[in-house]
Amino acid sequence: MTELLSAALVGQIINMLASVLLLLSFAMLAQRRILSLIDLFAAQGFVLMLSTAFVGWATGQVHLYVSAAITLGLKVLFLPWVLHRLIRRLNVKWDVETLINIPTTLLVGIVLVILAFNVAQPVSQLAGTVTRGTLGIALAAVLLAFLMMITRSKAVPQVIGFLAMENSLFFAATAATYGMPMVVELGIALDVLVGIIILAVFFFQIRERFDSLDIRHLEKLKE
Amino acid sequence: MSWEIVTVLGMPLVGGGVLALVGHRRRAAEVNIALSVATFVAAGALVASVIRDGPIIALWDQFFVDSLNVFLVALTAFVSMTTAMFSRPYMRIEKDHGRLTAGRLRLYHSMYQLFVFTMLAVLLANNLGIVWVATEAATLTTVLLVSLYRTPASLEAAWKYFILCGVGIAQALFGTILLYMAAQRILGTGFEALLWTHLAGVRSELEPTVMAIAFVFLLVGYGTKVGLVPLHNWLPDAHAEGPTPVSAVLSGLLLNVALYALVRCKVLADGALGAPYASRLMMGFGLVSVVVAAFFLSRQRDVKRLFAYSSIEHMGLITFAFGMGGPIASFAGLLHMTVHSLTKSAIFFAVGHAAQKTGTQLIENIRGLINVSPTVGWGLMLGTVAILGVPPFGVFASEFLILTTAMREQPWATPFLLAALGVAFAAVFGKVQPMVFGESTASRLPHPPALVPVFAHVALVLTLGIYIPPHLAHWYREAARLIG
Amino acid sequence: MTEISWSGTIAQLTELALAILLAPLLTGWVNQCRAWLQNKSGPGLLRPYRLLRKLFGKDAVIAHGASALFRTTPYVLFGCMCMAAAIVPTLGTDLPYAPVADAIALVGILALARAALALAAMDIGTAFGTLGARREMMIGFLAEPALLMVLFTASLLSQTTSLATTVETLSQRDLAIYPSLAFAGVAFTMVSLAENARIPVDNPATHLELTMIHEAMVLEYSGRHLALVEWAASLKLFVYSCIGIALFFPFGIAQGGDAIGLLLALPALVVKLAIGGLLLALIETLSAKMRIFRAPEFLGTAFLLAVLALLIHAFLES
Repeated sequence: MTELLSAALVGQIINMLASVLLLLSFAMLAQRRILSLIDLFAAQGFVLMLSTAFVGWATGQVHLYVSAAITLGLKVLFLPWVLHRLIRRLNVKWDVETLINIPTTLLVGIVLVILAFNVAQPVSQLAGTVTRGTLGIALAAVLLAFLMMITRSKAVPQVIGFLAMENSLFFAATAATYGMPMVVELGIALDVLVGIIILAVFFFQIRERFDSLDIRHLEKLKE
Repeated sequence: MSWEIVTVLGMPLVGGGVLALVGHRRRAAEVNIALSVATFVAAGALVASVIRDGPIIALWDQFFVDSLNVFLVALTAFVSMTTAMFSRPYMRIEKDHGRLTAGRLRLYHSMYQLFVFTMLAVLLANNLGIVWVATEAATLTTVLLVSLYRTPASLEAAWKYFILCGVGIAQALFGTILLYMAAQRILGTGFEALLWTHLAGVRSELEPTVMAIAFVFLLVGYGTKVGLVPLHNWLPDAHAEGPTPVSAVLSGLLLNVALYALVRCKVLADGALGAPYASRLMMGFGLVSVVVAAFFLSRQRDVKRLFAYSSIEHMGLITFAFGMGGPIASFAGLLHMTVHSLTKSAIFFAVGHAAQKTGTQLIENIRGLINVSPTVGWGLMLGTVAILGVPPFGVFASEFLILTTAMREQPWATPFLLAALGVAFAAVFGKVQPMVFGESTASRLPHPPALVPVFAHVALVLTLGIYIPPHLAHWYREAARLIG
Repeated sequence: MTEISWSGTIAQLTELALAILLAPLLTGWVNQCRAWLQNKSGPGLLRPYRLLRKLFGKDAVIAHGASALFRTTPYVLFGCMCMAAAIVPTLGTDLPYAPVADAIALVGILALARAALALAAMDIGTAFGTLGARREMMIGFLAEPALLMVLFTASLLSQTTSLATTVETLSQRDLAIYPSLAFAGVAFTMVSLAENARIPVDNPATHLELTMIHEAMVLEYSGRHLALVEWAASLKLFVYSCIGIALFFPFGIAQGGDAIGLLLALPALVVKLAIGGLLLALIETLSAKMRIFRAPEFLGTAFLLAVLALLIHAFLES
């Protein structure tokens, strides 16, 4: 199956897709408008699906096609649709408010990327997959999503950061181990699905009580 | 195919579905109790078959029972049963006070059963990926329960709970991925590489660098759910703002379950690394949790937050004990898990009714419970005395064993532990004593409070302090040997 | 010490002369494309030349308080741009005088030009001059590190900072996908948009002084001074385009100084510049000018992309 492309080219295409994933993570970090944020999240899911399918094709592992299909259905189509509907129903099309300004956030992001690359360097030597070089990128994307979660003061961008973290973890699984066993992946997908449903319900509760989804309303409890 | 495991797991799962349909009816609480009793009976059957036949592996090797999780399964089923019994009058009073509607009770009942299902799934799963999935599911089922009252404080508590535990669990997923990566090199691809029984067999061959990094992520991830400092921020809020039965099962069961997952990973890490790397990390986190929680205890003004910090302290102590390792410390840790679960849930039962009687959760506004309701007052007093480690209750036995082992093997930690336990004793006792005795401000309740669960738990803890049944002691010793 | 051959010297001088002569044509082409894209008929390709001829024929009017700095800056500016054009490999990579300045020195030369212009703008003492100078320095302080990072990425790939050698190495590599070069390319595009005072950072055709950055600095110049400044600006655009082409699309650049190779490289260069100019006009038409306070974010993103390119190269491709 892989005679069409040389091994080096396969590796380069995978590296390219991983770099685009990292770029999208940074783009989400630098994004101001919430609708664009959701579209970037969908794009990230799309790139994830492409890379999973490509690795599946290049290594002949059929179960990766199934994972890619699940990613497509859940993270590219369903979740962004739910988020768009949620935003429309909640009537919250504001700009993303950040706790520290965007250039500083981007600089902290660079530091996290360097950190992630350093941590992943010894580990990636030991993985037995063709994608092992991208484990550092996956960890970097996880840390960037985490940064996004803690520097946002509105509820919906925090949730999108959380979902982006799940995306990056999924990519890490593909990079390190050609994906988890099918059972586990189905379980994770189920968790994400249930999680977003619960969150949607939760958002309505918050909005009902506070008339706003600003997280700073939710900081009264101390100690 | 082990029908005991299937029943134990299937009963709460089906129950969740049933209660989603009928949870708002008048008899929903009784249905909840019935389902919990059925789960407990199934757990009893499982325990009996383990006593008879030894460890079981079932359902394509995805679930198993050995000496470490058999008593935890029984404990979980028992406490969820007694909590269901407690929740019946408690929720009825809440409904009469107007804090809950029938619709929310339906959500509560169905989520309660599903929560029990996810906890049992974590305990019984052999596949570490399923352990992760079920832990995340446990968080998800309880998020909406914490915000049940829809007050601003409860919404904030539920949001913090969701975000902090979600982020933590994501770290645990990364740790699991790294673990899978290390396992694949030896066990090959496919789901055998995530089965704990197989991994335990080859744990000395797992790659050390990968396992070291994996364990850190797993510790941070599952440690968040255990409530280790500094990842504990969600715990006091979730306990204080959710309804009391939820606080009871969170403190009594979920923390145990998360620590169980962590201990399973620690066994693998110890095998791979050889050096006391995992032990030192766990000891460090455990000790910090004990000290910080004790420090915060004296500053609490809300009675549920007080006991939430007490939970953090005790879980820290158990983590420290497992970190120390060795037959005695691990035995003590396992015993402590059991008695803490029983005692803390009993305390929360009593506290729940006390708060209902006085209409407030602030310590300074609850006084003289014994005068109005001797049973609630005595329940609270006995529970507090038990959790503070007064003999002959079980907590004293386990704390004594942990402290003496610490004095022998980790003498540097002993002053901190003793000081923390002393500070905690003074703080908690000093706050609870005026609550129970003194001039009363409480009123009568419209329905009689649930008292059997409280005293049943306290009686069990008292028994375990004096006499441990031979099978239980055998499992403790076996599991202690496994933990190493 | 490499032999400085006659053919090499002639080649380098030819490239320099070509750059000086073709730069206004590039500016004219970009303006014409922009007009076409906006459905106007446009001023014609040779309008910049006519402008230069007109300006050289006029008297230079200088303010009373202007010092020698003000009078010499246009020459300094033009000289810097000529030097930059001399060391960037446009037609061929055999440039004997290239070791005079490597990639880092190139950035230094561009910085010198910017500093001279900013000082001259403040020299007169008008409000708009100082305004433009301050804004230009803010843009510059963010754009320079980004440009340096881009050049470093290319240098790491070729293990040297000499532009000529870098281009030679890059053009000889097998066709491969380098994510680091892709990121560096995007970063470079953003930096060159900012440095050449193009939309979305600065509108070159604006007449509203409060929105100007580059234009505000040259408000006081007239006659031959203005002609030199405008020529230097077109030369800067030319130089940036040639850097971009040399680093990211080095096909067709002659290796060695033979005349045939250089002659073949010329149409390739013209085609690439034409396409680049069209793309620039497209970007300018499709974007709106950002608020001045958003410019640091824009350039911060460019810097970030450039650093990412560097990290990805260090981590993935070594």
